[in-house]
Amino acid sequence: MATQAPTRTNSIMRDNYGRRRVVNRIMVGLLCLCAIITLVPLFAVGGYVVREGWPALVGQFPGIFTAPSPEGGELLYGLEGTALLIAIACAIGLPIGILSGIYLAEFGRNRLGDTVRFMSDVLAGLPSIVAGIVAYSIVVLTTHHYTPFAGGLALGLLMFPTVTRATEGVVRLVPDTLREGGLALGVSRWRTIVSVIIPASLSGIITGVVLGIARVAGETAPLIFTVLGNLNGFSGWDQPLPALPLQIYQDFINPQDPNQDYPVGYAGVLVLFLFVVLLNLGARAVAARRMARGR
Amino acid sequence: MAISPKHQVEEPVAKQSVAMSALHKATVAHRRGGLVNGDTLFRGITTFFALSVLLVAVLMIATLWYNARASMAHFGFGFITSNAWDPNLKLLFGAGPFIFGTIVSSLMAIVLAGLVGVGVALLLVELRLPRWFSTPVSLLVEMLAAIPSVVYGVWGIFVLIPLMQAHIDPFLQKLFGWTPFFALDTSGGHSLLTAALVLAVMIVPTVTTISRDVIRVVPADQREALLALGGTQWEVIRFAVLPYARPGIIGALILAMGRAVGETMAVTMVIGNSSYIGPNVFSSADTLASRIANNLGDAGDLELSALFELGLILLVVSVLLNVLARLLVWSVSRGSAAMA
Repeated sequence: MATQAPTRTNSIMRDNYGRRRVVNRIMVGLLCLCAIITLVPLFAVGGYVVREGWPALVGQFPGIFTAPSPEGGELLYGLEGTALLIAIACAIGLPIGILSGIYLAEFGRNRLGDTVRFMSDVLAGLPSIVAGIVAYSIVVLTTHHYTPFAGGLALGLLMFPTVTRATEGVVRLVPDTLREGGLALGVSRWRTIVSVIIPASLSGIITGVVLGIARVAGETAPLIFTVLGNLNGFSGWDQPLPALPLQIYQDFINPQDPNQDYPVGYAGVLVLFLFVVLLNLGARAVAARRMARGR
Repeated sequence: MAISPKHQVEEPVAKQSVAMSALHKATVAHRRGGLVNGDTLFRGITTFFALSVLLVAVLMIATLWYNARASMAHFGFGFITSNAWDPNLKLLFGAGPFIFGTIVSSLMAIVLAGLVGVGVALLLVELRLPRWFSTPVSLLVEMLAAIPSVVYGVWGIFVLIPLMQAHIDPFLQKLFGWTPFFALDTSGGHSLLTAALVLAVMIVPTVTTISRDVIRVVPADQREALLALGGTQWEVIRFAVLPYARPGIIGALILAMGRAVGETMAVTMVIGNSSYIGPNVFSSADTLASRIANNLGDAGDLELSALFELGLILLVVSVLLNVLARLLVWSVSRGSAAMA
């Protein structure tokens, strides 16, 4: 760097300014073009989802949300299934995520901490289908049942890295004066963490949890062969379970009757899209407000 | 970060009073003789859960390995290159076409998303745009990553594929049809190219957010030096920012590639799901993730094992990509890589 820079800049200076200014204009224009190219798909997808989903949702309202009838209730079942799966995922993923995050922030300035930090970053990029087959082999292959637990396990595996890193981030932001205050008063360290540090960073931890939920709420791939999906809603802990993203996939890929399944699918797409986007926006808004407060 | 002085003064005081009362309660509890070695216990519990992160990683690889061992014993290393997939008669399986499809679709996606995504990151950081513009733009870009992949899949089927079939594919074919890469479109829009386009849209946010963060840590004096020499905005980017941030940007691209490699639903809905190795981007193909998703449900014993081996390959590839990417990104954030 240091040795190359002068020769490069010399070559810049020899060129005439007019040409360089034109190049500059063109390149800045291209950067703006990049932004437009990126945002076109967002509006294309969002517009499509609303255009198809809104009439479908309104047209079938409130039938698709009320259970159970021959031609209604699909979305209700899907939403119930998704809620159940998220609850199981939280039961598995949150203890690991939150407690390992606390470890990293409070005790993690050592080699184990570095390793765990690195590994949770790497696991954040875990392909969702891999979480699916791992859960499939651990639960479905051994119990010979499609069960909500298998799906919840897969989602939990996908969820916890997000929570780990978010928790570490916010717990670390708590000023050391609070920790020192606790120690100076003769309070044990764990008590300080539980009664002072965690309450002080609670809103941040919750933000991390919400982001974790948003990360997995729309996942389809790990559910195909763990909960399988069904048409009757939750029917037992050792039975297949429907879930909203899975239903959408099946409505479009394997429709029993496109005239009936597509509108349900479109309504589901809109509901899922809004749910995930709003979770994300909400978590980000809370996080941004906390940052603005300077914490 | 704009911190008003008022808050700076107020915050610690407010926090401290909460802290004091909580601490008081805590001290009382402590004197009453709670757990004597609560510290050791608490640290032990959190350490256990931290270790469980590592354990989960090992467990996943072990599970896949265990279930894939029949296939590994049966096909050996030939599995990786073989392009057989015959679950009915000869029971021959190979990963060749799926590795090919995965690599080609993600490479195409990363070329497209890389150019555009880094461009957006430079725009957001370097052009000193007003906040009312740059904040919503970066939020909207991040929202692209939040959209569930099945939604992209539905959009791909009903919007992108008809568009590809009717306009884009014929256009490209007319333009570049003389090369083997854009031979006749026989797959009705379900193609490697369509999959790559959907993937590109899905990974742009990863490229943009990470390279944005990397570009942000380029020291201001690097830019100022070039400005002092009379450099234009573009020359600052080209000669000061990009060389300094290069390892981190490469890291962002690899990380995004890791996401593309593992993406399942959107790809499986648009790629056509047929084994293909060849140069034609208009051909339908298949990826590792997509094959697993489609075949796992009703696979026989050996096919199941082969699918697990596909999963193992996918996991190893994505872990390697992630490790490499994290190292590169970290090297810039720590400010050491610019020397290299």
